Amino acid sequence: MATLTDVIDRPSGESGLWSWITTVDHKRIGVLYGVTAFIFLLLGGIEAGIIRLQLSVPDSTLVSADTFNQMFTMHGTTMIFLVIMPLSASFFNFVIPLAIGARDVAFPRLNAFSYWVFLFGGLLLNASFLTNQAPDAGWFSYANLTEKPFSANQGLDYWALGLQVLGVSSLAAAFNFIVTIVNMRAPGMSLMRMPLFVWMTLVTSILLVLAFPVITVGLIELTFDRNFGTNFFVPEGGGDPILWQHLFWVFGHPEVYILILPAMGIVSEVLPTFSRKPLFGYPVVVFSGVVIGIMGWAVWSHHMFTVGLGPVAVTVFMITTMLIAVPTGVKIFNWIGTLWGGQIDLKTAMLFALGFVALFIVGGLSGVSHAVAPSDNQQQDTYYIVAHIHYVLFGGALFGIFAGVYYWFPKLTGKLFHEGLGKLHFWLYFIGMNVTFFPMHYLGLNGMPRRIYTYASEFGWDGLNLLASLGYLVLFVGTLIFMVNILISLRKEPDAGHDPWDAPGLEWSIASPPPSYNFAKIPEVEGLDHYWIVKRRAAAEGRPVTEPEAYVDPSTIHMPDPSYWPLVTAIGVLVLAAGMLFDTGWDYIRFPIPFIGGIICFIGIIAWANEPPAKEHAGGDHHAEDGHGMAHHPATATAAVMERPAGAAGVTVRLLCSNCGNQLSSSFRFCPYCGGAVESPADPDHQEG
Amino acid sequence: MAHHTEISHHAPEEEHPTTTGINNRKLLMWVFLSSDCLFFGSLIATYMVYRGQSLVGPYPVDIIDVPITTISTFVLLCSSFAMVRALAATNEDRQGAIIFWLLMTAFLGAIFIGFQVYEFNLFKTEGLRIDTNLFGTTFFTLTGFHGAHVTLGIVWLLGLAWVAKKGRVGPKTALDVELAGLYWHFVDIVWIVIFTLLYLIGGFDTGPAGDPSLVPHSITGFLGLI
Ligand code: HEM
Ligand SMILES: [Cu+2]
Repeated sequence: MATLTDVIDRPSGESGLWSWITTVDHKRIGVLYGVTAFIFLLLGGIEAGIIRLQLSVPDSTLVSADTFNQMFTMHGTTMIFLVIMPLSASFFNFVIPLAIGARDVAFPRLNAFSYWVFLFGGLLLNASFLTNQAPDAGWFSYANLTEKPFSANQGLDYWALGLQVLGVSSLAAAFNFIVTIVNMRAPGMSLMRMPLFVWMTLVTSILLVLAFPVITVGLIELTFDRNFGTNFFVPEGGGDPILWQHLFWVFGHPEVYILILPAMGIVSEVLPTFSRKPLFGYPVVVFSGVVIGIMGWAVWSHHMFTVGLGPVAVTVFMITTMLIAVPTGVKIFNWIGTLWGGQIDLKTAMLFALGFVALFIVGGLSGVSHAVAPSDNQQQDTYYIVAHIHYVLFGGALFGIFAGVYYWFPKLTGKLFHEGLGKLHFWLYFIGMNVTFFPMHYLGLNGMPRRIYTYASEFGWDGLNLLASLGYLVLFVGTLIFMVNILISLRKEPDAGHDPWDAPGLEWSIASPPPSYNFAKIPEVEGLDHYWIVKRRAAAEGRPVTEPEAYVDPSTIHMPDPSYWPLVTAIGVLVLAAGMLFDTGWDYIRFPIPFIGGIICFIGIIAWANEPPAKEHAGGDHHAEDGHGMAHHPATATAAVMERPAGAAGVTVRLLCSNCGNQLSSSFRFCPYCGGAVESPADPDHQEG
Repeated sequence: MAHHTEISHHAPEEEHPTTTGINNRKLLMWVFLSSDCLFFGSLIATYMVYRGQSLVGPYPVDIIDVPITTISTFVLLCSSFAMVRALAATNEDRQGAIIFWLLMTAFLGAIFIGFQVYEFNLFKTEGLRIDTNLFGTTFFTLTGFHGAHVTLGIVWLLGLAWVAKKGRVGPKTALDVELAGLYWHFVDIVWIVIFTLLYLIGGFDTGPAGDPSLVPHSITGFLGLI
């Protein structure tokens, strides 16, 4: 294989399609995640539209029962696995290295691999539409409806295999972010100085690492049942369908925290910034988040209150479920405490964060109401649950994510969002969301079951259903406005500057958009809300910070090279999984294609491990392929610093003291601010070591 | 130049300090193994839940052969010892010994897999297939995935031995060997759990009529066999 990597040059180049395909830059991967997940959001939204259109009037015959089943199954699966999770991953990617003062994640190529596997998993799942076999057993696909006799076509194979592939992606990403957060923090950033979003990403990643293998096993068992005649969930063979429910919800409940914790992290960044106050009770918020992450493992059977687990089990899970509402409530009070007495600035990001708090409270209250098992007996499998999940996932997770989009967009693009359109988007979402989902509480309590494709008029559900469908239209328009807003903002809006919100995080101290290397000099973190500390002190000393960290020539900083192999390996994973859909019926090798996928993976991994650095710096450079974030903070050396290239004009060389970051005249031999020795900038390579 | 390239991508992070001082790749391996714990944990839980629930035979008592698997278990344990030697040789830069012990580890692992292939085939001829009953379903799934882990480990070790043959494994790259070792020991420990539960304790389960939940019964059965 060394021969293969000798023949094929490592890709290089910074623009064009190819550069995106081979990129390992966390910022670009974040963009890829975000754009892809947004497209899936539109797809899931269309599915939701079909559901709402069908239900808007009684006895509707718009779609068949079969199609309806496919729609709600794909809607739920898409929104959870292809929208909320990858949108969160998009923020992990873009924000985490910036927020901890690193140059990239710990394993940049593994990161690219995660993205490609996610993309392929999403495509595999949706490819089921092409063969008209979309999965149709609901997002939690209860056994034994999922067994061959009841779901004869391959829909559930697509579902199980697609989720397996997505699991690979999530696990790889979670491994990466745990290592990154634990190991790549800038000097001075102790655990209790980590921004809350970083904390929540860490907890989420740990939950992913521990929860996904459980569903992996469940999906393997399902796939074996459907393809190899095993009896895991087949009562005739002695199997127990309830085992699936346990496996699914042992994964499923931590999963709902995987969905909400990143949004909570985002909101905990946005609220302090726009209240001009540090987060109220930071350690308590961190602690609550960790407790939620731990207790989230002890509540899964609240999804199974009506299964017949017996009074003891039901009581235990009832109590744990009520208890988990405590740390959740604590966080809400901390957010409100943050607002209290703050100078509130109602930018769009802030509106979405406030919307998050309000709507999440509603969802939390309905959650507590079905934590009470006797009352849940009335609510289980009704629209009341649909209302709950949408208040926590739409009003919660998605609003949090949009708060993040409006918050970090200027950092990502260097442009401000159009505030007017942003506020319009917020209000359309806020109103549309409530009009759509609030009536569902009533519908559910009036007995309307989930997942029915139509209903008779005598039940009295007509009006509220129509109202909910009208709410969908408002959300639809809101989404259009958001897309228009992006296009307009990218073209027309003024430059954002590096720190439009006067924010506390490290990421705001560098230029917007961030240079490829993020930080020319790895910052020395002085406390929680580091950048506020720096700015306030500078202002007190009469030299306010108005400029981002100056631009340096990127070629003086070694960054990981692009690579083909993450993509190749991801293709291998896809072939391996998709190959399971082709049963040859032959005696010994019923499934030959997965072997081909395995071989592609093997080649990809070997080549990956043996990949040489790109040609340009194969010679003089001796830096790490992966994990270089901490490496470059020379103690006394000075880097050659340039102004950002202005058009075709050349670059001006200035000096910065790399010890304290202050600007120097080229005649200095010692830094007048910190006393550090200044070396000649002529030989940057020499100083890197 | 070529030589330089070699070094630059072979020992990625060694030189770089991390926040905790733990190497990135090592931390990655630990996180992966913790995830794998849950993977095997779920498979083992499935086996335990369905213990004694098979509706038709063959039942464990009919076909599980504890003495034979005791031998293969011993072989796997020895392979962990060989792995330890391989790492020691790496740290001491004894090139010949590195290759010898890496190959020895892989070889012992391969013997273990050989036993497993033999056992699977034997069970098949005795009428136990993955779709026969719940015992077959859970037994083949759990031990099969374990076997796949061992096989992957063998491929990894052979790859390392190949690199070692080119003289590229030594104290500076000891981490490469250490990571393979972590994985190998983990898979070994998982097997100890599986062996205890599926063979020593569950290996004497009878059909629904018997009482599979009585551990003492199983132990006397084991003693009786010896
Ligand atoms: C205050 C905390 C919460 C409590 C006490 C709570 C409680 C519950 C209970 C008891 C159920 C089962 C209801 C039933 O099926 O009869 C449920 C369902 C659900 N919850 Fe929550 N929940 C809380 C927060 C959340 C959050 C934060 C999320 C996600 C972000 C979430 C997502 C879901 C989902 C997706 C379901 C429905 C699963 C399904 O049946 O499809 N919940 N919740
Ligand atoms: Cu739950």
